[in-house]
Amino acid sequence: MSTIDPNSSAPESPEEAASSGTLIASIALKQRAGGIAVPAVTVVVAFLMGGLVVLATGHNPLLAYRDIFDGAGLNWIFHPTTNLVNTAAYNLSQTLLQTTTLILCGLAVAFAFRCGMFNIGGQGQYFVGLFVANWLGVDFAGLNPFLHVLLCIVAGTLAGALWAGIAGFLKATVGAHEVISTIMLNWIAIWVGSWLFGAGGPLQSSANKSLPVSNDIANSAKLPVIWGQQELQGLSIGIFVALAALVVFWVLLNRTTLGYEVRAVGFNPEAAAYGGINVKKNLIRAMAISGAFAGLAGTIDMTGYLYHYGQSDIPFSSVGFLGIAVALLGRNTAVGTGLGALLFGALLFGTTHGLTSNVIQPELAGNLTYIIQGLVVLFIGADVLILYVWNTRKKLRPRRARA
Amino acid sequence: MTAWVERLENPLSARLRDPATTGYAGVLLGVLAAFLAIPPIQSRTITWPIVVGIVGVAFGIWTVTRGRTRLGWGAVASAVIGIGLGILATHSGTSNLNAVFDAALIAQTFGFATPLVFGAIGGMFSERSGVVNIGLEGMMLMGAFWGVYGADKGGSWVVGILVGMAVGAAIALVYAFFAIHLRADQIVGGTAVNFLALGITGYFFFQLYHGNYIPSGVSQIPNVKIPGISGSHFLGPAIGDLNLMIWAGFALVVVSYLVVFKTPIGLRIRACGEHPRAADTVGINVYAVRYGCVVLSGILAALGGVYLSDGFGGGTFINNMTDGRGFIALAALIFGNWRPAGAFAAALLFGFSSAVALRLQVYSPSASTLFNVLPYVLTLIAVAGVIGRTVPPAADGRPYKKQ
Repeated sequence: MSTIDPNSSAPESPEEAASSGTLIASIALKQRAGGIAVPAVTVVVAFLMGGLVVLATGHNPLLAYRDIFDGAGLNWIFHPTTNLVNTAAYNLSQTLLQTTTLILCGLAVAFAFRCGMFNIGGQGQYFVGLFVANWLGVDFAGLNPFLHVLLCIVAGTLAGALWAGIAGFLKATVGAHEVISTIMLNWIAIWVGSWLFGAGGPLQSSANKSLPVSNDIANSAKLPVIWGQQELQGLSIGIFVALAALVVFWVLLNRTTLGYEVRAVGFNPEAAAYGGINVKKNLIRAMAISGAFAGLAGTIDMTGYLYHYGQSDIPFSSVGFLGIAVALLGRNTAVGTGLGALLFGALLFGTTHGLTSNVIQPELAGNLTYIIQGLVVLFIGADVLILYVWNTRKKLRPRRARA
Repeated sequence: MTAWVERLENPLSARLRDPATTGYAGVLLGVLAAFLAIPPIQSRTITWPIVVGIVGVAFGIWTVTRGRTRLGWGAVASAVIGIGLGILATHSGTSNLNAVFDAALIAQTFGFATPLVFGAIGGMFSERSGVVNIGLEGMMLMGAFWGVYGADKGGSWVVGILVGMAVGAAIALVYAFFAIHLRADQIVGGTAVNFLALGITGYFFFQLYHGNYIPSGVSQIPNVKIPGISGSHFLGPAIGDLNLMIWAGFALVVVSYLVVFKTPIGLRIRACGEHPRAADTVGINVYAVRYGCVVLSGILAALGGVYLSDGFGGGTFINNMTDGRGFIALAALIFGNWRPAGAFAAALLFGFSSAVALRLQVYSPSASTLFNVLPYVLTLIAVAGVIGRTVPPAADGRPYKKQ
């Protein structure tokens, strides 16, 4: 299961990349082949197949998708000024809240991918950031609001970086596969969280000892809300933090020495080492930065709209795993991740809390999101399918030129 | 033959001075130190655990000075932990101790371990043939839902087992097609399987049961009452009344060991996992072997799931019922170094820790929750190489392209 293969040379063409079969080569392929066609086709096919499931179980898929579209608040775009669309505006603000989280979780996966690693531990890093933000947000009440928010965000982000850094360190020093170690770190974070918020746990509410829920963070630790009301989970300025993170991601990868080294290691660790790049340092660094994005997602959620967290919330959170679908769909680029996050953010809210439909119940639609997510990840990971699309495009292009 | 002759000719004292012997003896003494203080022996003074533990430490240090540093320090750690646990146990109340450590603990350990055994052995077949199976969790979940559904609608647990196996095979076949023919990245594909299974089971559970529980009175996988033993004071609750699937799991370990290591089929499977090109050259159909192994892994993981819902769970299903057990099975596989006996031992250890965690609630619910991290921490330590190196099959996770 080694991703660094001493026998592999730099893949010359996508075809060759696919045949060498390493994760890195496959990522290099996905970076270049197919353009926007592959993600677009993937999404369409996944929605079609999801629609077939809906049809087979006796619901109208077109109406179901329309209701999900409305549930996500995307109908607001068509009539933003009418009075009737308060629900639409609210739903869209909720979709954007989910998008915020998914952008950051997607970047966490994408950054590690660019260094040739699969960070499957975004969920754990997200939790660690969230726990730290909750702890500091509750404990340091009365601090200057700006400082308090900053403290929560910085500490939570660092916690995420450290959590992922363990996996990076183990990979760099003893060659432990990052997939295995991040999966283990996920479950450690999940059980530690159950302990923290559970009865008698350190972060459990002091007001009601029987409830396995934390205290609310202090008002000084809450992010300002820009759309909607704070009591109703309005959209916080966290969305701008996420958008800034997209820019940071792009600049870091494409305009800094660090990014150059990370990409070089991701593309071909042997060649990078030969060129004088410290591979081990970059593995640890890339993993830590990757975890920082996920940790940031956790802190933004805690300070942005959750404010408190309970033991029973833990198994229902899957944003870290959705980040995998977001990053793969966005082909590990900044713009792609942003768009992928919007799609899955809309699905996440539109199929659950936002959905008011007599065509399909939220319990069904919520699971439809998992099915679509699974199909997207399944199709996008298939090199041969991508090559097929790539080759078709190549064949089509000269024909178009002649015409 | 010669090795055996040499070993026989060695005087006994030389074998006792072998650092490996003393090292393992030290580890065992550490376990014994803790064991002395709990029922049925239950020493109420701290003398015995300390004396035995110190002997264990001495054995460990001897081993370290003889060059087997890792094993030696392992023995020292085991002995020190043994002393600590022994002292803790002597300080706790007798009634609590008896509540945690009784004969039923053994049965419960087997109960928790059996889904892991099926999952880990399934994963072993897949990974031995060179296909990483992160999707064990999803395959197990599919087995859990469709198995209990089959038992409910078919009226018999036999139908449930058959339906579960068929569904496990089906989802594994989809995964195999993407991983083998389409050369998808196997970790991405496995992640997709987990999402798909979560979505499909959740969707159809709601669709088929309209949001209700599975009605009671579902035909369950029966227990095996062993005549003569089931009435015994200690053996009765321990092994006299175990579920049929637990015994099937024991048999599976033995059979899979024989198949993988003692038959030509097993040799072919291992060849495909270590060096597929060489296997192909000598006429082994790599694709066929890999398809067979992945489908078998799906069937076995699904059987673990059927046991979970229709045996261990008493004929129920809840959303995401496996709750990470597929990942613990994966951990057991790695911890057991991709071998049936090793995976079985690891599954027993993890099952034991789950059973103990459940029972620790008599002391403190909070500590009981935290105890659940043990399998994951142990696996993290194992992949970090602290206790020996774990070595996956050489071509594990690499798609193979025919030439």
